[in-house]
Amino acid sequence: MKKFQSNVPESETLEDKWTEYRSRMPLVAPNNKRNIEVIVVGTGLAGASAAATLGELGYQVKAFCFHDSPRRAHSIAAQGGINAAKNYQNDGDSVYRLFYDTVKGGDYRSREANVHRLAEVSRNIIDQCVAQGVPFAREYGGNLANRSFGGVQVSRTFYARGQTGQQLLIGAYSALSRQISLGNVVMYNRHEMLDLVVVEGKARGIIARNLLTGQLERYGAHAVVLATGGYGNVFYLSTNAMGSNVTAGWVSHKRGAYFANPCYCQIHPTCIPVSGDYQSKLTLMSESLRNDGRVWVPKHKKDVEALRAGKMKPTELSEEDRDYYLERIYPAFGNLVPRDVASRAAKYRCDDGYGVGSTGLAVYLDFAAAILRYGKSAATSQNLVNPSDEKIKELGRAVVEKKYGNLFEMYEKITGEDPYKTPMRIFPAVHYTMGGIWVDYNLETSIPGLFATGESNFSDHGANRLGASALMQGLADGYFVLPYTIGVFLSKEIRTPKISTDTPEFEEAQNNVQTKINKLLSINGTRSVESYHRELGVDIMWQYCGMARNAEGLKIGREKVRALREDFWKNVYVPHSDKDGHEFNPELEKALRVADFFELAELMMVDANDRKESCGGHFRDEYATAEGEAERNDKDYAYVSAWEYNGLDDDPILHKEKLEFKDIELKTRSYK
Amino acid sequence: MKWIIEFLLSSLGKKLIMSLTGLFLCLFLVVHMLGNLQLFLPSPEGMPEGYVFNMYAYHMTHSSLIKIISYGNYFFILLHALQGILITVYNRKAKGGKYQGKGVSDTAAKMASRNMIFLGVLLLAFIGLHMYQFWAQMHFNSEMPVMAGIIEDGEEVKDLFAIVSVAFKQPWVVIVYLISLLALALHLVHGFWSAFQTMGLSNNKYGPIIRFVAMAYAILIPLGFATMPIVFFLFY
Amino acid sequence: MAHENIKVNLYVWRQNGPNDPNAGIKVYSDLEINTHMSFLEMLDVLNTHIIENKDKYPEGPVAFEHDCREGICGACSLVINGRPHGPMQGTTTCQLHMRHFNNGDNIYIEPFKAKAFPMIKDLVVDRSSFDKIIQAGGYISVNTGGTPDGNAVPVPQDVSSEAMDAAACIGCGACVAACPNASAMLFTSAKVSHLGLLPQGKTEAAIRVKRMVSQMDNEGFGLCSNVGACEADCPKEISINNIARMNRAYISSTFTNDH
Repeated sequence: MKKFQSNVPESETLEDKWTEYRSRMPLVAPNNKRNIEVIVVGTGLAGASAAATLGELGYQVKAFCFHDSPRRAHSIAAQGGINAAKNYQNDGDSVYRLFYDTVKGGDYRSREANVHRLAEVSRNIIDQCVAQGVPFAREYGGNLANRSFGGVQVSRTFYARGQTGQQLLIGAYSALSRQISLGNVVMYNRHEMLDLVVVEGKARGIIARNLLTGQLERYGAHAVVLATGGYGNVFYLSTNAMGSNVTAGWVSHKRGAYFANPCYCQIHPTCIPVSGDYQSKLTLMSESLRNDGRVWVPKHKKDVEALRAGKMKPTELSEEDRDYYLERIYPAFGNLVPRDVASRAAKYRCDDGYGVGSTGLAVYLDFAAAILRYGKSAATSQNLVNPSDEKIKELGRAVVEKKYGNLFEMYEKITGEDPYKTPMRIFPAVHYTMGGIWVDYNLETSIPGLFATGESNFSDHGANRLGASALMQGLADGYFVLPYTIGVFLSKEIRTPKISTDTPEFEEAQNNVQTKINKLLSINGTRSVESYHRELGVDIMWQYCGMARNAEGLKIGREKVRALREDFWKNVYVPHSDKDGHEFNPELEKALRVADFFELAELMMVDANDRKESCGGHFRDEYATAEGEAERNDKDYAYVSAWEYNGLDDDPILHKEKLEFKDIELKTRSYK
Repeated sequence: MKWIIEFLLSSLGKKLIMSLTGLFLCLFLVVHMLGNLQLFLPSPEGMPEGYVFNMYAYHMTHSSLIKIISYGNYFFILLHALQGILITVYNRKAKGGKYQGKGVSDTAAKMASRNMIFLGVLLLAFIGLHMYQFWAQMHFNSEMPVMAGIIEDGEEVKDLFAIVSVAFKQPWVVIVYLISLLALALHLVHGFWSAFQTMGLSNNKYGPIIRFVAMAYAILIPLGFATMPIVFFLFY
Repeated sequence: MAHENIKVNLYVWRQNGPNDPNAGIKVYSDLEINTHMSFLEMLDVLNTHIIENKDKYPEGPVAFEHDCREGICGACSLVINGRPHGPMQGTTTCQLHMRHFNNGDNIYIEPFKAKAFPMIKDLVVDRSSFDKIIQAGGYISVNTGGTPDGNAVPVPQDVSSEAMDAAACIGCGACVAACPNASAMLFTSAKVSHLGLLPQGKTEAAIRVKRMVSQMDNEGFGLCSNVGACEADCPKEISINNIARMNRAYISSTFTNDH
């Protein structure tokens, strides 16, 4: 039985909702917890924190990750920071303001109650992480330091150099490791979930492939939690890790979990541009760079030509010949406009022929002004009288190095250019997917007993995520939301005995996966999995379902996806020596993931076509103002699109969850 | 008591044994060198050549305190060597082979650190030779020459100085000694610092000082020893 | 921007499973690559070539581990020309770019070697012994919830910064691979330092260091002989001062605690 209610609890005010709900929600007694098993798939921020916390509470947890260790999850790559409404800076921040910023930043397409809860628990996250030993940046007095981030006017972002995601993940990983050593969590590394087992309408287990032996294994539990991350890799080139995939979510979707808002993909404005067709991934430069970096392109086409041909250096261009377009168009937020706005602005400059770099697909991010500004301030504080320009630059460079040293180093490693001396070249790239498995207020999907957390669910970011909010959401879900809300389901399961895997449902699911593997291995065609993935992502998805979409392109795109998918199933070559895949075989792993990306890609096209408005990460050429700004349609599209799987040949079925905003007035997002 | 055994058998405990025995031997080297440099002291009026040194050698072999210390010293040498060999064997197994690709060449200090066992075995062999040449003569050679006309506590005083000067007139001995002292220098340049690192006494503040002292020690001690064969070979 | 094409010869360790009697170096000559590629993208090119010419290369594509490709997940490994993560200081294999190689270079690519990292296939080894060391005590024992305010305990900036230096470890295992003794002291000491430096981690510092060292020994890593190769090849440039700090903590916890 599918369920499709948001289950947002009633309350007098939005502020009291979570607190009241938590006090009323049914609990599972400790002695019962010991007999209840929970599967957690994925051990990034959301999964590791959930598994650890569930283990602490006394549940029997089985945790799965496809890496060799939970510490490799891609949460680790988040650079900039994590938001929390602590108001340590005394700059007017509050839970409400974080809530408001997030809803507004998400272009009013998120569920109000979920976002408010997120803002509330954000404060606990920081306390939790500090207690775990996360070495956040500190002021001289020993208090926590903050920086500001795109889309907001307060400083609420906590950070650990440029490695915040790493430090938070290590924190969650250590909490998880502790539960593993205590025997509360059994960890299955190098195991990939390939199917969900639904028994009598409830999620009761998974089929996982042991990636070392290639054997399919059955695991049963009273509930299953997905924490499997986003699907940005459908674009092939993205800032996601090579292994990031949608498979666990997609097979759950095929078993009945609705997939919500798949078209909402965040394009991050500050990535290192593509340098050639061998490129395997794109590298993000933290958004925090926009705090001090100024984005510009040349004002005149002749300079663009000279720069592209390498006849001129960007530093040689005078100030009046530069177009600091973000500062020009959006004076209130300047270089700190939200990601979607910044990305689109860069795209327009490049579309109009002002892009720099050999491909013409890049804009400059310049730190010269920041170096001078910091240099002067450092000179003043050191009481230097009439310091030379050199000295000022040297002092300024030291300040910038302290703030962004490792990012600058990374840029230099990849491009071979020194960003202290010449401006960085940046271009937008797919970074995060706001869409995901549909969940209710309890983070439960439309399949009872199946939960989704972190990036793998759709809930909190609406159509666009603000910087430093992904880490916040992952940890909020894992530490402070799911461990409570899962009790609502599990409190009804205390009489359910241990789930046997020796049932027809497990048998069917295992056979289903084995058939798919045998089919892939038996094709023995000529093309590599990689080449299909690249064509799907770069030539189709980025082209037709990328930064700007239109009805015609989406129609063509969908046809192309289908055609390529059919070709894939006829002509792919997956090297193997065992016909059943019973071996360590990274190519087979990739093939299984790409096969699911094909199906998701089509759904994204369908969703993008259905949403006849522009909002956040979804921009339709047809629905834009005369100035090219996004035009939202709150009257017709203030809903969550939750798609039900209906077979590959038929269109998916759309279910609409109407979004109601009781506390916030819907406004046109303006950063001008 | 169990905790002591556990500690000594742990990887860090084993290393601490290496470190402490090594440092004791470092201390011994200083005393040994200062003692032996008495070879160069002029004899008092009317006494035969090498009188001071021979008297020193006499007292060294006739003090029960020195005897106890020397047994400790032998024990530490053997413990240091045995532990070193056991650790190396264990480490070789833990590594399980070398890489075929060749990385960039290391600095001299790094080379030394990678070859401590080689240098150590060489030094052990040298100690064997050295003890046979002098220590064994003093203790077991009944035909050992004595200093004419000198009686101490009713005993004749053996003329170790003569043995030394004969030994260091042979070129092969000098060469073997100089090579061994070079090995000692390399062993010390890593070993001295390494002992402090293992004891956990090295950090940002003291690390550079310890490295400097280690370098100075590793140069000065072998140099001091090297003066003996060289000077004897050339000038006596 | 010049896109230079060069040819390199790859000497790749091929091994089909832990007990393959035919394991050894296989040469792939004259692979044409672009100098802007990363090292792993070059391996992608090699694998595409192998897959597209499956009759010529019955051994199939080269298995190697990689994931984030931005130098932080620690999945990528490889010993390149005898050095873990290759010749560049402070750089992971995935961030090593081919502009640091020359036309006609012979490049040796081998797996990390250590008994505690058993071979899986080709260039892939099993590094789960690191997880076990962390499980033995690489955490602060706090449950979710009930923690004091983040600013309740001030942490001096330099302490936090020093802890961060140690916490930068990505758990890749290069320290073990570089060490002639396959010792895991740099890895273990980085975690002991990270947690032991912070006021929050001091409470259980003594028991933590003992448990982690004991687990490290049980996993079969070699003994540290202070060579310093780990520090030189660590892609995050973690200092061996951490090892001294751990030695200090271990010795003092053994001799000054009465348990």
